[in-house]
Amino acid sequence: MNWSRRNFLKLTGLSLLGLGAKPGWEVLAGNENSKFIKGPETLKGKRWAMVVDVAKCPVGCRECIDACHRVHNVPDFKNRKDEIKWIWKEPFKDVFPEQEHHYLEDTLKEKPVMVLCNHCDNPPCVRVCPTKATFKRQEDGIVMMDYHRCIGCRFCVAGCPYGARSMNFRDPRPFIKEINPEFPTRTKGVVEKCNFCVERLAQGLLPACVEACKDKALIFGDLENPQAQIREIVQSRFTLRRKPELGTHPQVYYIL
Amino acid sequence: MYDAKKVFIGVMIFLVLLTFPFWYGKGKAIPAIQLSIDTPEIAKLAEKKCIEPTAYMRSSHMELIDSWRTAVVRDGQRFFVTSEGKKVSMSLSQNCLSCHSNKEKFCDTCHNYAGVKPNCWSCHIVPKEAKG
Repeated sequence: MNWSRRNFLKLTGLSLLGLGAKPGWEVLAGNENSKFIKGPETLKGKRWAMVVDVAKCPVGCRECIDACHRVHNVPDFKNRKDEIKWIWKEPFKDVFPEQEHHYLEDTLKEKPVMVLCNHCDNPPCVRVCPTKATFKRQEDGIVMMDYHRCIGCRFCVAGCPYGARSMNFRDPRPFIKEINPEFPTRTKGVVEKCNFCVERLAQGLLPACVEACKDKALIFGDLENPQAQIREIVQSRFTLRRKPELGTHPQVYYIL
Repeated sequence: MYDAKKVFIGVMIFLVLLTFPFWYGKGKAIPAIQLSIDTPEIAKLAEKKCIEPTAYMRSSHMELIDSWRTAVVRDGQRFFVTSEGKKVSMSLSQNCLSCHSNKEKFCDTCHNYAGVKPNCWSCHIVPKEAKG
């Protein structure tokens, strides 16, 4: 063998390059995911969002809360410390602390406003999650949780500026009034939150809270669709979002 | 060697303990597990077969279900196309257990035998449990 040092180095370099290209090639060539498909009935959107029309929301009504908690097997621990919330009411002064002032009428200050996960465009919970259990779906912007991966560290609970995340400090099963067999429960030690009803969107249905609201105070739709009702509302009416100054780009809009 | 006798006894005791699991169970016939696929739902099926060939399901159901989990939760894909081209819903409680409605006999028999405790059912609901 009469190999020059130069040729040897050239060949080594080329071989290393080839090795480096292999994983990339595998990703591009083998598309195993074709075995998995979406159902044809799936509602398609590019940026799901919600409008809450606070004026239309009757005091004392909890149809949306009950519908959501029934569909998603949300437990009721009868104890505020352990409370699990997907959609719930907060007084106006707490939902929009920056809008409150000394002369505001007490009735308005205390007016209950529906709150839920804002499905932020820039979600802090996703950034802090060490296991990527919480992630943002690239296709439609829903901030979702993979309960299989949640290790219960509660970084997201601390990271969410809206208090939209609840930790299961106890086994939730015995505290669910009526178990809906179509949706899994959670287990002790995982965090949970509103999922914008991804499982219902996949069946072509609107979120449970929107469907349950008789007063049409909750409007759900795709903001990226110029024909959507929600786009028209958000474009033409004055809406508020919770703590937009934090840069989370919340996707739940409020009409007052 | 000092204390050769004591060392020898010690080594023997160690070897006996080390091989204990092998000779303890020797000669005892452990009954082969009988999987029950005898459910009213399966009896009603015209063609009695699972979504994929039995041998594959037996050896790789855990990998299949694991890939389903990723597809449904993370990619939002809820249907699986089988090797025969059939479209099935990727749901443990609504698809698998709709035929195998005898979880105690079907899932648990093997899993108890093999000492494998999957934690599927701490969240997913066994259809029968929901009623009670």
